[in-house]
Order: sequence, then C-alpha cells, then structure tokens
Amino acid sequence: MKNSVLFGTLAMAGLSAAAASAATLDDVKARGNLNCGVVTGLAGFGAPDANGVWEGFDVDVCRAVAAAIFGDENAVEFVPTTGETRFTALSSGEIDLLARNTTWTFSRDVELKFDFIGVNYYDGQGFLVPTALGVTSAKDLDGATVCIQTGTSTELNLADFFRANNITYQPVAVQTNAEGQQQYLAGACDAYTTDASGLAATRATFEAPDDHVLLPEIISKEPLGPLVRHGDSDWADLNRWVLNALIAAEELGITSANVAEMAAAPTNNPEVNRILGTEGEYGAMLGLEPNWAVAAISAGGNYGEIFERNIGENTPIGLARGLNAQWTDGGLLYTPPFR
Amino acid sequence: MSSMTDSPPRESFRLSQLIYDTRYRSLTIQVFTLVLVCIGIYWLGQNLLTNLASLGLQPNFAFLNSRAGYDITPSIGTWITGYTSAATHWDAALVGVYNTLLVAFLGIILATVLGVIAGVLRLSRNWLVSRMMAVYVEGFRNVPLLLWILLIYSIFSEALPQPRDFREVEGAVSAASMTWGAFAATNRGFYMPAPVWGPGSGVLVAVFVASVVAAVLYRRYARKVLFDTGRMLPMLWPMVVIALLPVIAAYFVLGQPVSLSYPELAGFNFSGGLRVDNALLALWLALSLYTGAFITEIVRAGILSVSKGQTEAASALGMRPNRTMNLVILPQAMRVIIPPLTSQYLNLTKNSSLAIAVGYADVRATLGGISLNQTGRALECMLMLGLLYLALSLAISFVMNLFNASMKLKER
Ligand SMILES: N[C@@H](CCC(=O)N[C@@H](CS)C(=O)NCC(=O)O)C(=O)O
Repeated sequence: MKNSVLFGTLAMAGLSAAAASAATLDDVKARGNLNCGVVTGLAGFGAPDANGVWEGFDVDVCRAVAAAIFGDENAVEFVPTTGETRFTALSSGEIDLLARNTTWTFSRDVELKFDFIGVNYYDGQGFLVPTALGVTSAKDLDGATVCIQTGTSTELNLADFFRANNITYQPVAVQTNAEGQQQYLAGACDAYTTDASGLAATRATFEAPDDHVLLPEIISKEPLGPLVRHGDSDWADLNRWVLNALIAAEELGITSANVAEMAAAPTNNPEVNRILGTEGEYGAMLGLEPNWAVAAISAGGNYGEIFERNIGENTPIGLARGLNAQWTDGGLLYTPPFR
Repeated sequence: MSSMTDSPPRESFRLSQLIYDTRYRSLTIQVFTLVLVCIGIYWLGQNLLTNLASLGLQPNFAFLNSRAGYDITPSIGTWITGYTSAATHWDAALVGVYNTLLVAFLGIILATVLGVIAGVLRLSRNWLVSRMMAVYVEGFRNVPLLLWILLIYSIFSEALPQPRDFREVEGAVSAASMTWGAFAATNRGFYMPAPVWGPGSGVLVAVFVASVVAAVLYRRYARKVLFDTGRMLPMLWPMVVIALLPVIAAYFVLGQPVSLSYPELAGFNFSGGLRVDNALLALWLALSLYTGAFITEIVRAGILSVSKGQTEAASALGMRPNRTMNLVILPQAMRVIIPPLTSQYLNLTKNSSLAIAVGYADVRATLGGISLNQTGRALECMLMLGLLYLALSLAISFVMNLFNASMKLKER
C-alpha cells in the first residue's frame, strides 16, 4: 500500500510528458484491456468469487465500459485499491477508471483534479454496533471507540459529527474493509462507521448478522460514483454515457434478455434506436462501434439488473432501491436524454 | 644560478590529454558523470512538472495551513500539540513526527538491550541458552517485519478482553478484572496508573535530579579511589540510597505532592490513568524484537572479534569472567559493534513507517497517509517525508559517530 503511493509518485516523475494528456481511449485500445480500480474486497460491490473472478455492483461498471470498448466484458484488469491508494493510482495513470464506492465531493472533483462521471449509488454514512451494546442512537456513542477507514470522506464526516454534537470518541484507523470488520468483530472498537451500503454489505458476511444493528442516524450525503482523471474530456464522456446507457436502459425497458432482439432492427422508440445504434452515429462520436451500448447492456444487464443481482433485496445484502430507484418510481436516477 | 631554477619547457595543454593523460582522466570521467546525473535529474524533474501542470497541479505547500478535519487516536503527539480535527495539516504532520520519534526512541532502547543480552547469551557455553538465542535470532531475522507487527497486534486484539468484559455484573463474575485494581490489559490498549503533579512537585523533581547527579558523582569518586589506590568501595547500594532517600524524604516533607490517578471503567472505555495503545505496543515490540535479532548477531560478531588472548590474559591476572566481559572484551568489541549498530538504528527508525499497518499515527500515516489522501498533494507530502526521514537518519548517524569517536582506542 505504501509502495503504490511511492511508485505512483515516481511513475508520475518518470512517465514521458505526453502520457497524462494523451487520449486515454487510444491507450486503452492499444493495450487491449481496461485498467479498472476497485475495492480490495466488499461483498456485493467488488470482490473476487471462489474462482477469482471479480464480481459486484462497482465491478459491473468496469465490465460495461470494457464491453462498450472491446465488445468483451472480460477485457478488464482489476486493480484492488484501498481508500488511501485509489487516488494516486488514478492520477498516476495506473488505472483508467476508478469504480470503488467513491464519494463525489468538491475537493476530489476540483482540488484533486478528477472527473466524476455520474452517481451509481446514492448513499449516506451510518454506524454499525453490536446489539448487545444497547445503543439506540449515534449520539449515545460518547466516549466510544470507532473503527474508521483512513483516507475516506467518512473519516472527515465522523470528526464533524462528533464535534457538532459535542461528544468524544477514539478513532481506530483501518486501511481496508476486511481489517475494519476484523477489528470490529474482535471488539477492538465499539462501532464501525462507513457508507450505509458498505455496512449492510459487511454485516451480510457476518456469522450472526442479527447481533448487529445499523443505528438510525445517517450523518452525511455520500453520492458514490465512478471517476476518471481530469483533462481527457473524451474519455470522461465515454464513461459517463456508458453509465447513462445502463440507467436509461432500465428506464426504457431494455434488458440483457431482450437487448439483442431490440437491436436487431429499429424499434418504434427513436431513443432506444439511438442508444442501440440502429439510428444515428452515437457510437462513432464516442470513438466506439455502433453497438457499444448493446455490448455494455449485454455484459451485466441494465442498472436495475446489476443492482438486483449484486446487492438487491434477494441477495444476502438485501438493499432496497430507495433513493436509487428511477425518477419515475420516486428515486433519484434521472439520466439526461440520448438525443 | 639562474639556470638551476629554470623549469623544463612547459608543455602546452592539448585536449586529447583529458582522455589519454592519467593525470586528467579520472577528473574527466567524474565531470562527465556529474553532468549526466544532473541532466537525468533535470529531465525527471522537468517531466514531473510538465505532467503535473497538464493535470493542472502545481507543487504548492499551502495545503499545510488548511484545516485537517480528521481525528487522530490520542497519543503522545496529540497530547503535546493539543491536536483536534480543527487543527491544520501541518499540526497533523507534527503529531506524526512526535509519534514517530517516540516509537523510534523506545524501539532503539529496547532493541539494544535485547540485542546485547541475546548476543552475549548466544555465546554462552550452556547449550540450551545458546540454542534458544539462535532460535530467537533466526525466527525474527527470517520473517518479514510486517508479519510480526500484524501478528503481535492481532494477538492483542483477539486474545485480550474488551473493556466491556470488565463491567461488574450483578450476581455474576465479570469476564475480566483489573490487576491490583490498577492495571487493565484490554484489546484496545493497556491502562495503568498515571502520576498527577500537584503543587510542589516541581521541587520534588528538582530533588530527584539532584540526587541522581549525586549518585553519579559518587560512582565517579568510587572509581577514582579504585584506580588510584586499588581499594574497592561498595558501588550499588550507596548509589541507590543516594538516589532514592532524599526523594522519599522530600515527598513526605512536601506533603505528598504527587498522587496517582487510576484507570476506571466509564462508559465504553476506561478513563483516567495512562493508556498505552495496542498499536504502539505492537509496533514497538515487533520493531525491537526484529532489530534486536540483528543486533544480537552484531554483538556476537563484535565479541568474537576480540582475540581469545585477551580473555586468557585477563583470567591470568585473576579477573572474574563477568569483569573480563565488562572491562576487557566489551570495550574492545564496541569498536566493531558501533558502525553496524548505527545502521540498525537507521533501519529501525525507517521501518517504524510500517505503523500504518496497525493504525498507529506516525508521520507516514498522518502526513504521508491521510493528509496526502485528503488533499491529493502526493508529491509535496512524499518530498517532506523523504526530507524528514533523511534528517532523522543524519541526526542518528551524527550522534552515533560522536559515540564511536569516544569509544576509539585511546593511546596513551
Ligand atoms: N465513500 C467513502 C468511503 C468509501 C470506502 O472506502 N468504503 C469502504 C468501506 S464500505 C470500502 O469500500 N472498503 C473496501 C475496501 O477496503 O477495499 C469515500 O469515498 O471516501
């Protein structure tokens, strides 16, 4: 972990000056695969399965982008990153895209020079505590020891929350979710805090999930989304519209099951046709094949399918769509039109 | 006479001499290499600046003055600086520096003690003792330090009871209890009584310092008597008496100005007393045990480098073995031991940057970790870290060189 920051810095020094501003898409095509930064392991969001194949909600964004570019959802090299190493990995060019439940904040966008390409999960920060502790509100946590992943926005929210409520705590800094989980289960901290989705995913892997509760307070807004380096707008556009295509596909009823059929011949919905490339030149404008969105949607399905398969109510993680429903269902998902 | 001072006709300097004339050749090569190195550094630096500029980032240290916004586990650094999340990134870096200094200092002391003891014991004629020391050395030297740190840390956090287990439960025995009502070992840290300095404790400290100085002076006097007259004065017990008696007397005369605060379970954690974090303990122990294994070998090599004749001569003069070791062997072995010992100290100090693995807030974890990550100022933070460790290393080397000079063979 320490090394990748150092190497990142060195790589920045060593790369030829052209690298940072070159067209990322050309580099990716020349390399033959997408380098995608993901978590080190968070069930449902990004973790290798028993055969070492990465899967999860964020992982599927990487796969969709790879499918749009190469027509092959497996043309991805997954690079596990911690909360701390992810940004250096992206700015040094080690990865082309970071899809790792990363919160869109002002300083990351403006100061750290990244471009968020959208939001794939609207979240907020919560607290997980053992039921046996008898705590019912985060404000009861005065004097508690709290496990917190370093280098995250949640670390800053935690400090602000306790300060604003005039209560104290002792942070235990952990580097990965696995480490946080281990410390929490060993009782080295009274509470574990991070994005509520991450807590739900973590709790789902516990032996006795019912012995732990999520406290009612959600102390922050955490719009989680994929991001790319600042400065290559074409690359940002490509990624943004792949994500938009997944969301729009759900809204328009395009699924992995029917996408091939719908793309076979123009339908009577012009927007569907423009997305699926049976009308207009949208693929070419992105520097891709006309069937880019077909490939992206075939890879893991539309947004709704990706959600249900990885983290939805029928998975052990069991997250409800909530804010992440389409705007037509009272949620916040609202893609700009394909026009 | 004038013809005698005439110098031979001066050869005019030709350019080819720079390569073919051995007087100039080495100089040419050195200048050439230097120019190449400078060009290389310039190229890398220029590249870096261009790359950063194309990302829209200019090296800038202004972030050090902005609010850090994150909290740091209470430690010596936060205690000295009074750090809160409202302080700046610079303050966070300072907290880290103090924490690094603390663990490096403690580590160097313990590693030296362990290394010297194990080094001497390793040469013991007792088979069991020397084998045990060999196992210690090989076990620690051949396993990566990071594993030892993590292992010790996870033993603490998995095997020790939680503070909650100390809670008294009505009608049942609580799962854990404090030792003598004063010490508690939990999976978060070790709690022990801490002194509370009341009014008048300044005087007490002054008395203490004065009595220690007096004890040292007595030791000098006793040695002088020994060397001048050969008469041996008792050493240990008078020193203890001189150092402690006045302090104890002053303590009561001043009306017991220093009291102890005991840790007590309050809410989620113990409060009061002194808390030593498990992260610090694990890091400290692992660093010391690991480096101590290397020092063991250095000490052993140093002792073996003193020729056997010295021991024989000493025993021929009737010296007892432990005197021989202290007065004859070790002083000579020191000259061989100190230079490699210095590099072990440097290693230990730099290895302390593994602290992040257990969440100990050293400078690499604050400045080079959280601050770097929250501000994205990787280059600036790495540069500062590099300079800091360089300065630390140079300071340690400087002190050790002074020590080395004082240990040189003194010729009379
Ligand atoms: N959304 C926050 C926190 C993201 C985060 O790091 N979450 C943790 C806990 S859910 C995680 O995903 N860890 C996975 C890992 O350690 O690889 C941020 O962007 O700073």
